[in-house]
Amino acid sequence: MGGIRTAGDLVARMQLHRKMRLPEAKAYVADRLKVSTVDLSDEVIMRELREELDIGVITSVPGAAKGLAAKARIARLLDIRVNSVDVLKEKMELGS
Amino acid sequence: MGIIRTRMGDGRAVELTVDDIRADIQAGTEEAADRGRIPALTGNEQEWLVELFCRPDRVVGVEQGHEVVLTDDGSVNALYGAQSSSGVGVPVSREMGIRVYERAFCMDTMEVGHPDYSFKPVRPIVALEQQAMESTLLGTIIPMYYGAMPNLALYARPDGPFPNPADLLPAGRIADARIAQEEAAEVCSRDMVYVARKMWEVGADGINFDTTASAGDAEFLATLRAVEQVAGTTGLSIEVGMAAEFVLGMHGEVEYQGTRLAGLYPHEQVRLVEMAGAHVFGPAVNTNTRRSSPWNVSRAVTFVKACSQAAGIPVHANVGIGVGGVPMCETAPVSMVTRASAAMVEIGRVDGL
Repeated sequence: MGGIRTAGDLVARMQLHRKMRLPEAKAYVADRLKVSTVDLSDEVIMRELREELDIGVITSVPGAAKGLAAKARIARLLDIRVNSVDVLKEKMELGS
Repeated sequence: MGIIRTRMGDGRAVELTVDDIRADIQAGTEEAADRGRIPALTGNEQEWLVELFCRPDRVVGVEQGHEVVLTDDGSVNALYGAQSSSGVGVPVSREMGIRVYERAFCMDTMEVGHPDYSFKPVRPIVALEQQAMESTLLGTIIPMYYGAMPNLALYARPDGPFPNPADLLPAGRIADARIAQEEAAEVCSRDMVYVARKMWEVGADGINFDTTASAGDAEFLATLRAVEQVAGTTGLSIEVGMAAEFVLGMHGEVEYQGTRLAGLYPHEQVRLVEMAGAHVFGPAVNTNTRRSSPWNVSRAVTFVKACSQAAGIPVHANVGIGVGGVPMCETAPVSMVTRASAAMVEIGRVDGL
Protein backbone atom coordinates (compact mmCIF):
# COMPACT_ATOMS: atom_id res chain seq x y z
CA MET A 1 0.00 0.00 0.00
CA GLY A 2 2.96 2.33 0.33
CA GLY A 3 3.87 2.08 4.02
CA ILE A 4 4.40 5.45 5.70
CA ARG A 5 4.31 7.11 2.27
CA THR A 6 0.56 6.52 2.45
CA ALA A 7 -1.43 4.69 5.15
CA GLY A 8 -0.07 1.19 4.53
CA ASP A 9 1.40 0.81 8.03
CA LEU A 10 -1.90 1.87 9.62
CA VAL A 11 -4.00 -0.62 7.64
CA ALA A 12 -1.39 -3.29 8.35
CA ARG A 13 -1.69 -2.63 12.08
CA MET A 14 -5.42 -3.31 11.99
CA GLN A 15 -4.81 -6.60 10.20
CA LEU A 16 -2.06 -7.55 12.62
CA HIS A 17 -3.67 -6.41 15.85
CA ARG A 18 -7.37 -7.08 15.24
CA LYS A 19 -7.26 -9.79 12.52
CA MET A 20 -9.30 -7.51 10.26
CA ARG A 21 -9.70 -8.52 6.62
CA LEU A 22 -8.61 -5.83 4.15
CA PRO A 23 -11.94 -4.04 3.51
CA GLU A 24 -12.67 -3.84 7.24
CA ALA A 25 -9.15 -2.66 8.06
CA LYS A 26 -9.28 0.07 5.40
CA ALA A 27 -12.72 1.20 6.53
CA TYR A 28 -11.59 1.39 10.15
CA VAL A 29 -8.49 3.45 9.37
CA ALA A 30 -10.38 5.71 6.96
CA ASP A 31 -12.98 6.37 9.64
CA ARG A 32 -10.33 7.23 12.25
CA LEU A 33 -8.55 9.53 9.78
CA LYS A 34 -11.82 10.98 8.41
CA VAL A 35 -10.88 10.26 4.78
CA SER A 36 -12.13 7.84 2.13
CA THR A 37 -10.62 4.38 1.70
CA VAL A 38 -9.22 5.43 -1.69
CA ASP A 39 -7.48 8.36 0.00
CA LEU A 40 -5.51 5.90 2.14
CA SER A 41 -3.33 5.07 -0.86
CA ASP A 42 -3.11 8.66 -2.14
CA GLU A 43 0.46 9.85 -1.62
CA VAL A 44 -0.39 13.55 -1.71
CA ILE A 45 -3.35 13.42 0.64
CA MET A 46 -1.62 11.13 3.10
CA ARG A 47 1.64 13.11 3.06
CA GLU A 48 -0.19 16.22 4.25
CA LEU A 49 -2.45 14.35 6.66
CA ARG A 50 0.39 12.40 8.26
CA GLU A 51 2.29 15.62 8.88
CA GLU A 52 -0.81 17.28 10.31
CA LEU A 53 -1.45 14.30 12.62
CA ASP A 54 2.28 14.04 13.37
CA ILE A 55 2.36 10.25 12.96
CA GLY A 56 5.53 10.03 10.89
CA VAL A 57 6.16 11.06 7.31
CA ILE A 58 8.24 9.53 4.55
CA THR A 59 10.61 12.45 4.12
CA SER A 60 13.00 13.61 6.79
CA VAL A 61 11.35 16.55 8.55
CA PRO A 62 13.15 18.03 11.54
CA GLY A 63 10.96 17.93 14.62
CA ALA A 64 8.39 15.54 13.17
CA ALA A 65 7.51 12.48 15.24
CA LYS A 66 9.75 9.54 14.44
CA GLY A 67 10.12 5.97 15.68
CA LEU A 68 8.52 5.35 19.06
CA ALA A 69 7.05 8.87 19.24
CA ALA A 70 5.19 8.30 15.97
CA LYS A 71 4.02 4.85 17.09
CA ALA A 72 2.69 6.25 20.38
CA ARG A 73 0.61 8.76 18.42
CA ILE A 74 -0.56 6.01 16.01
CA ALA A 75 -1.64 3.82 18.95
CA ARG A 76 -3.77 6.66 20.26
CA LEU A 77 -5.15 7.54 16.83
CA LEU A 78 -6.19 3.97 16.02
CA ASP A 79 -7.11 3.02 19.60
CA ILE A 80 -4.77 0.05 19.64
CA ARG A 81 -1.94 -1.21 21.82
CA VAL A 82 1.56 -1.07 20.30
CA ASN A 83 3.91 -3.36 22.19
CA SER A 84 7.06 -1.27 21.88
CA VAL A 85 5.20 1.79 23.13
CA ASP A 86 3.86 -0.19 26.09
CA VAL A 87 7.38 -1.41 26.90
CA LEU A 88 8.60 2.20 26.90
CA LYS A 89 5.77 3.25 29.21
CA GLU A 90 6.66 0.45 31.61
CA LYS A 91 10.29 1.60 31.63
CA MET A 92 9.11 5.11 32.42
CA GLU A 93 6.71 3.73 35.03
CA LEU A 94 3.82 5.43 33.28
CA GLY A 95 1.72 2.25 33.17
CA SER A 96 0.49 0.82 29.88
CA MET B 1 -1.93 -8.93 -31.03
CA GLY B 2 -1.70 -12.36 -32.66
CA ILE B 3 1.43 -13.50 -30.86
CA ILE B 4 1.98 -12.73 -27.18
CA ARG B 5 5.41 -12.75 -25.58
CA THR B 6 5.06 -14.26 -22.12
CA ARG B 7 7.10 -16.60 -19.92
CA MET B 8 7.48 -20.20 -18.92
CA GLY B 9 7.61 -21.27 -15.27
CA ASP B 10 11.41 -21.27 -15.43
CA GLY B 11 11.45 -17.67 -16.62
CA ARG B 12 12.30 -18.30 -20.28
CA ALA B 13 10.46 -16.12 -22.79
CA VAL B 14 7.89 -17.92 -24.93
CA GLU B 15 5.57 -16.73 -27.69
CA LEU B 16 1.97 -17.95 -27.51
CA THR B 17 -1.22 -17.18 -29.39
CA VAL B 18 -4.23 -15.78 -27.57
CA ASP B 19 -5.89 -19.16 -27.95
CA ASP B 20 -2.83 -20.85 -26.42
CA ILE B 21 -3.01 -18.50 -23.44
CA ARG B 22 -6.75 -19.09 -23.02
CA ALA B 23 -6.21 -22.86 -23.14
CA ASP B 24 -3.38 -22.70 -20.59
CA ILE B 25 -5.46 -20.60 -18.22
CA GLN B 26 -8.32 -23.07 -18.44
CA ALA B 27 -5.99 -26.04 -17.94
CA GLY B 28 -4.27 -24.36 -14.96
CA THR B 29 -7.46 -23.64 -13.06
CA GLU B 30 -8.87 -27.09 -13.81
CA GLU B 31 -5.68 -28.71 -12.54
CA ALA B 32 -5.97 -26.82 -9.23
CA ALA B 33 -9.69 -27.56 -8.95
CA ASP B 34 -9.04 -31.26 -9.48
CA ARG B 35 -6.19 -31.50 -6.99
CA GLY B 36 -7.76 -29.32 -4.29
CA ARG B 37 -11.37 -30.36 -4.85
CA ILE B 38 -12.24 -26.69 -5.09
CA PRO B 39 -14.14 -24.66 -7.71
CA ALA B 40 -12.34 -23.67 -10.90
CA LEU B 41 -12.24 -19.99 -11.83
CA THR B 42 -15.39 -18.71 -13.52
CA GLY B 43 -15.50 -17.94 -17.22
CA ASN B 44 -15.32 -14.20 -16.52
CA GLU B 45 -12.32 -14.66 -14.25
CA GLN B 46 -10.54 -16.73 -16.88
CA GLU B 47 -11.20 -14.06 -19.50
CA TRP B 48 -9.87 -11.41 -17.10
CA LEU B 49 -6.64 -13.41 -16.92
CA VAL B 50 -6.52 -13.75 -20.72
CA GLU B 51 -6.75 -9.97 -21.03
CA LEU B 52 -4.09 -9.56 -18.31
CA PHE B 53 -1.60 -11.74 -20.16
CA CYS B 54 -2.40 -10.19 -23.56
CA ARG B 55 -1.77 -6.63 -22.40
CA PRO B 56 1.38 -5.19 -23.97
CA ASP B 57 2.35 -3.43 -20.73
CA ARG B 58 5.55 -4.58 -19.13
CA VAL B 59 4.30 -3.65 -15.63
CA VAL B 60 0.67 -4.00 -14.56
CA GLY B 61 -1.16 -3.14 -11.35
CA VAL B 62 -4.45 -3.24 -9.51
CA GLU B 63 -7.35 -0.81 -9.69
CA GLN B 64 -7.05 2.33 -7.57
CA GLY B 65 -8.46 1.53 -4.15
CA HIS B 66 -7.56 -2.16 -4.44
CA GLU B 67 -4.05 -1.77 -2.99
CA VAL B 68 -3.09 -4.43 -0.44
CA VAL B 69 -0.76 -4.69 2.54
CA LEU B 70 2.70 -6.18 2.11
CA THR B 71 4.48 -8.46 4.56
CA ASP B 72 7.90 -9.96 3.96
CA ASP B 73 9.95 -12.99 4.78
CA GLY B 74 13.69 -13.29 5.03
CA SER B 75 14.12 -9.85 6.51
CA VAL B 76 16.61 -7.79 4.53
CA ASN B 77 18.56 -10.77 3.19
CA ALA B 78 17.77 -9.47 -0.28
CA LEU B 79 20.03 -6.48 0.43
CA TYR B 80 23.01 -7.85 2.33
CA GLY B 81 22.64 -11.54 1.50
CA ALA B 82 24.35 -13.71 -1.07
CA GLN B 83 22.95 -15.67 -4.01
CA SER B 84 21.31 -18.29 -1.76
CA SER B 85 18.90 -15.59 -0.54
CA SER B 86 18.78 -13.82 -3.92
CA GLY B 87 20.85 -11.24 -2.09
CA VAL B 88 22.67 -8.46 -3.90
CA GLY B 89 25.52 -8.24 -1.40
CA VAL B 90 25.13 -4.58 -0.49
CA PRO B 91 27.27 -3.81 2.57
CA VAL B 92 24.49 -2.64 4.88
CA SER B 93 23.60 -3.93 8.32
CA ARG B 94 20.21 -5.49 9.07
CA GLU B 95 19.02 -2.38 10.88
CA MET B 96 20.15 -0.10 8.09
CA GLY B 97 18.44 -2.38 5.60
CA ILE B 98 15.18 -2.31 7.54
CA ARG B 99 15.26 1.48 7.60
CA VAL B 100 15.83 1.45 3.81
CA TYR B 101 12.85 -0.90 3.38
CA GLU B 102 10.67 1.41 5.49
CA ARG B 103 11.70 4.80 4.17
CA ALA B 104 12.88 4.13 0.61
CA PHE B 105 11.03 0.98 -0.49
CA CYS B 106 7.87 1.98 1.46
CA MET B 107 7.08 -1.44 2.89
CA ASP B 108 3.94 -1.66 5.04
CA THR B 109 5.57 -4.02 7.55
CA MET B 110 9.05 -5.40 8.05
CA GLU B 111 10.81 -8.00 10.11
CA VAL B 112 14.03 -8.62 11.95
CA GLY B 113 15.50 -12.00 11.11
CA HIS B 114 18.83 -13.77 11.49
CA PRO B 115 20.76 -14.61 8.28
CA ASP B 116 20.44 -18.32 9.20
CA TYR B 117 16.67 -17.70 9.46
CA SER B 118 15.66 -20.77 11.48
CA PHE B 119 14.47 -20.88 15.09
CA LYS B 120 16.97 -23.57 16.15
CA PRO B 121 20.14 -21.51 15.52
CA VAL B 122 18.45 -18.39 16.92
CA ARG B 123 17.75 -19.93 20.34
CA PRO B 124 21.35 -19.76 21.68
CA ILE B 125 21.84 -16.21 20.42
CA VAL B 126 18.38 -14.88 21.19
CA ALA B 127 19.80 -12.10 23.41
CA LEU B 128 21.63 -10.69 20.40
CA GLU B 129 18.46 -10.90 18.35
CA GLN B 130 16.48 -9.18 21.10
CA GLN B 131 18.94 -6.30 21.04
CA ALA B 132 18.64 -6.01 17.26
CA MET B 133 14.85 -5.93 17.67
CA GLU B 134 15.00 -3.35 20.47
CA SER B 135 17.29 -1.09 18.50
CA THR B 136 15.17 -1.40 15.35
CA LEU B 137 11.96 -0.59 17.23
CA LEU B 138 13.37 2.67 18.54
CA GLY B 139 13.60 4.28 15.14
CA THR B 140 10.98 2.61 12.97
CA ILE B 141 7.28 3.25 12.57
CA ILE B 142 5.91 0.32 10.55
CA PRO B 143 4.85 -2.91 12.34
CA MET B 144 7.88 -5.09 13.09
CA TYR B 145 7.85 -8.88 13.07
CA TYR B 146 10.59 -11.27 14.11
CA GLY B 147 10.83 -13.92 11.42
CA ALA B 148 12.35 -17.39 11.16
CA MET B 149 11.58 -20.86 9.83
CA PRO B 150 10.47 -23.81 11.99
CA ASN B 151 12.78 -25.98 9.83
CA LEU B 152 12.21 -29.33 11.52
CA ALA B 153 14.89 -30.94 9.36
CA LEU B 154 17.58 -29.17 11.41
CA TYR B 155 16.63 -31.32 14.40
CA ALA B 156 17.55 -34.56 12.60
CA ARG B 157 21.04 -36.09 12.38
CA PRO B 158 23.63 -34.98 11.40
CA ASP B 159 22.45 -31.43 12.21
CA GLY B 160 20.39 -32.33 15.29
CA PRO B 161 19.99 -34.98 17.99
CA PHE B 162 17.11 -37.03 16.54
CA PRO B 163 17.26 -39.94 14.07
CA ASN B 164 16.77 -38.78 10.49
CA PRO B 165 13.43 -39.84 8.91
CA ALA B 166 15.06 -39.61 5.49
CA ASP B 167 17.37 -42.45 6.57
CA LEU B 168 14.74 -44.45 8.45
CA LEU B 169 11.97 -44.41 5.84
CA PRO B 170 13.98 -45.98 2.97
CA ALA B 171 15.02 -48.70 5.45
CA GLY B 172 11.37 -49.49 6.12
CA ARG B 173 11.59 -48.27 9.74
CA ILE B 174 8.35 -46.33 9.53
CA ALA B 175 7.45 -46.49 13.24
CA ASP B 176 10.92 -45.26 14.21
CA ALA B 177 10.68 -42.43 11.68
CA ARG B 178 7.36 -41.36 13.14
CA ILE B 179 8.68 -41.38 16.72
CA ALA B 180 11.73 -39.37 15.65
CA GLN B 181 9.54 -36.72 14.00
CA GLU B 182 7.20 -36.51 16.99
CA GLU B 183 10.11 -36.01 19.40
CA ALA B 184 11.78 -33.47 17.13
CA ALA B 185 8.49 -31.59 16.72
CA GLU B 186 8.22 -31.12 20.48
CA VAL B 187 11.66 -29.53 20.69
CA CYS B 188 11.06 -27.46 17.55
CA SER B 189 7.82 -26.14 19.00
CA ARG B 190 9.56 -25.30 22.26
CA ASP B 191 12.25 -23.30 20.43
CA MET B 192 9.63 -21.33 18.49
CA VAL B 193 7.71 -20.43 21.64
CA TYR B 194 10.91 -19.50 23.49
CA VAL B 195 12.10 -17.10 20.78
CA ALA B 196 8.62 -15.61 20.30
CA ARG B 197 8.25 -14.86 24.03
CA LYS B 198 11.69 -13.23 24.08
CA MET B 199 10.65 -10.99 21.18
CA TRP B 200 7.40 -10.09 22.93
CA GLU B 201 9.40 -9.04 26.02
CA VAL B 202 11.37 -6.43 24.07
CA GLY B 203 8.43 -4.93 22.18
CA ALA B 204 8.09 -6.75 18.85
CA ASP B 205 4.73 -6.42 17.11
CA GLY B 206 4.62 -9.90 15.68
CA ILE B 207 6.23 -13.26 14.99
CA ASN B 208 6.45 -14.77 11.52
CA PHE B 209 6.59 -18.56 11.26
CA ASP B 210 7.89 -18.68 7.72
CA THR B 211 8.21 -21.64 5.29
CA THR B 212 6.06 -23.73 7.61
CA ALA B 213 5.78 -27.48 6.97
CA SER B 214 8.89 -27.59 4.78
CA ALA B 215 9.66 -30.95 6.41
CA GLY B 216 6.06 -32.11 6.26
CA ASP B 217 3.11 -32.71 8.53
CA ALA B 218 5.03 -33.08 11.83
CA GLU B 219 6.53 -29.63 11.28
CA PHE B 220 3.08 -28.21 10.60
CA LEU B 221 1.89 -29.72 13.89
CA ALA B 222 4.88 -28.25 15.76
CA THR B 223 4.03 -24.83 14.35
CA LEU B 224 0.32 -25.04 15.16
CA ARG B 225 1.15 -25.99 18.75
CA ALA B 226 3.61 -23.09 18.95
CA VAL B 227 0.97 -20.70 17.57
CA GLU B 228 -1.45 -21.85 20.28
CA GLN B 229 1.05 -21.18 23.04
CA VAL B 230 2.26 -17.84 21.68
CA ALA B 231 -1.31 -16.65 21.14
CA GLY B 232 -2.25 -17.70 24.66
CA THR B 233 0.70 -16.13 26.48
CA THR B 234 1.67 -13.01 24.49
CA GLY B 235 0.02 -10.23 22.55
CA LEU B 236 2.14 -10.88 19.47
CA SER B 237 0.52 -10.83 16.07
CA ILE B 238 1.23 -14.23 14.53
CA GLU B 239 1.79 -14.85 10.82
CA VAL B 240 2.08 -18.38 9.46
CA GLY B 241 3.53 -18.60 5.96
CA MET B 242 3.61 -21.98 4.27
CA ALA B 243 6.43 -23.74 2.40
CA ALA B 244 4.28 -25.35 -0.28
CA GLU B 245 0.72 -25.81 -1.48
CA PHE B 246 0.48 -29.36 -0.13
CA VAL B 247 1.45 -30.63 3.34
CA LEU B 248 3.77 -33.57 2.79
CA GLY B 249 2.96 -36.70 4.78
CA MET B 250 6.45 -37.47 6.04
CA HIS B 251 4.75 -38.79 9.19
CA GLY B 252 1.34 -39.48 7.73
CA GLU B 253 -0.71 -39.81 10.89
CA VAL B 254 -0.35 -36.61 12.93
CA GLU B 255 -3.55 -34.67 13.51
CA TYR B 256 -4.50 -31.26 14.86
CA GLN B 257 -7.91 -30.83 16.46
CA GLY B 258 -9.05 -34.06 14.81
CA THR B 259 -7.83 -33.18 11.30
CA ARG B 260 -5.07 -35.21 9.67
CA LEU B 261 -2.41 -32.78 8.48
CA ALA B 262 -0.90 -34.75 5.61
CA GLY B 263 -2.34 -33.76 2.27
CA LEU B 264 -3.98 -30.48 3.25
CA TYR B 265 -4.25 -27.70 0.64
CA PRO B 266 -4.31 -23.94 1.40
CA HIS B 267 -8.09 -23.63 1.96
CA GLU B 268 -7.82 -26.42 4.55
CA GLN B 269 -4.53 -25.22 6.06
CA VAL B 270 -5.92 -21.77 6.82
CA ARG B 271 -8.77 -23.14 8.92
CA LEU B 272 -6.34 -24.89 11.27
CA VAL B 273 -3.96 -21.93 11.41
CA GLU B 274 -6.88 -19.69 12.32
CA MET B 275 -8.13 -22.18 14.90
CA ALA B 276 -4.69 -22.21 16.53
CA GLY B 277 -4.89 -18.43 17.01
CA ALA B 278 -2.84 -16.89 14.18
CA HIS B 279 -3.59 -13.43 12.79
CA VAL B 280 -2.31 -13.71 9.20
CA PHE B 281 -1.95 -16.72 6.87
CA GLY B 282 0.42 -16.95 3.91
CA PRO B 283 -0.51 -19.64 1.38
CA ALA B 284 2.24 -20.84 -0.96
CA VAL B 285 1.41 -22.40 -4.33
CA ASN B 286 4.32 -23.89 -6.21
CA THR B 287 5.32 -22.97 -9.76
CA ASN B 288 5.65 -25.69 -12.40
CA THR B 289 8.74 -24.75 -14.42
CA ARG B 290 7.57 -26.74 -17.46
CA ARG B 291 4.26 -24.91 -17.83
CA SER B 292 3.61 -21.35 -18.95
CA SER B 293 3.08 -18.37 -16.66
CA PRO B 294 -0.60 -18.09 -17.67
CA TRP B 295 -1.04 -21.73 -16.59
CA ASN B 296 0.85 -21.18 -13.33
CA VAL B 297 -0.88 -17.93 -12.37
CA SER B 298 -4.31 -19.38 -13.15
CA ARG B 299 -3.55 -22.45 -11.05
CA ALA B 300 -2.11 -20.47 -8.12
CA VAL B 301 -4.98 -17.99 -8.04
CA THR B 302 -7.53 -20.81 -8.02
CA PHE B 303 -5.99 -22.23 -4.84
CA VAL B 304 -5.66 -18.81 -3.22
CA LYS B 305 -9.20 -17.73 -4.08
CA ALA B 306 -10.55 -20.82 -2.29
CA CYS B 307 -8.24 -20.06 0.64
CA SER B 308 -9.43 -16.43 0.88
CA GLN B 309 -13.04 -17.59 0.84
CA ALA B 310 -12.41 -20.10 3.64
CA ALA B 311 -10.42 -17.67 5.79
CA GLY B 312 -11.66 -15.56 8.68
CA ILE B 313 -8.23 -13.92 9.07
CA PRO B 314 -6.18 -11.86 6.59
CA VAL B 315 -4.57 -13.87 3.79
CA HIS B 316 -1.18 -12.68 2.49
CA ALA B 317 -0.34 -14.87 -0.50
CA ASN B 318 3.28 -15.74 -1.17
CA VAL B 319 4.21 -14.17 -4.51
CA GLY B 320 7.95 -14.65 -4.84
CA ILE B 321 10.44 -16.68 -6.77
CA GLY B 322 8.89 -20.07 -7.54
CA VAL B 323 5.58 -19.50 -5.77
CA GLY B 324 2.28 -17.77 -6.46
CA GLY B 325 2.67 -18.09 -10.24
CA VAL B 326 6.03 -16.29 -10.32
CA PRO B 327 8.69 -18.04 -12.43
CA MET B 328 11.30 -20.14 -10.66
CA CYS B 329 14.40 -18.19 -11.58
CA GLU B 330 16.82 -15.90 -9.80
CA THR B 331 15.85 -12.74 -11.67
CA ALA B 332 12.08 -13.08 -11.83
CA PRO B 333 10.68 -11.06 -14.79
CA VAL B 334 8.82 -8.02 -13.49
CA SER B 335 6.14 -8.57 -16.14
CA MET B 336 5.17 -11.86 -14.49
CA VAL B 337 5.67 -10.74 -10.88
CA THR B 338 3.24 -7.87 -11.40
CA ARG B 339 0.74 -10.03 -13.32
CA ALA B 340 0.76 -12.69 -10.61
CA SER B 341 0.36 -10.01 -7.93
CA ALA B 342 -2.52 -8.26 -9.71
CA ALA B 343 -4.31 -11.57 -10.26
CA MET B 344 -3.93 -12.50 -6.58
CA VAL B 345 -5.59 -9.23 -5.61
CA GLU B 346 -8.33 -8.92 -8.23
CA ILE B 347 -9.35 -12.60 -8.41
CA GLY B 348 -7.71 -14.24 -5.40
CA ARG B 349 -9.15 -11.49 -3.16
CA VAL B 350 -6.13 -11.55 -0.88
CA ASP B 351 -5.71 -9.09 1.96
CA GLY B 352 -2.01 -8.77 1.32
CA LEU B 353 1.02 -10.21 -0.42
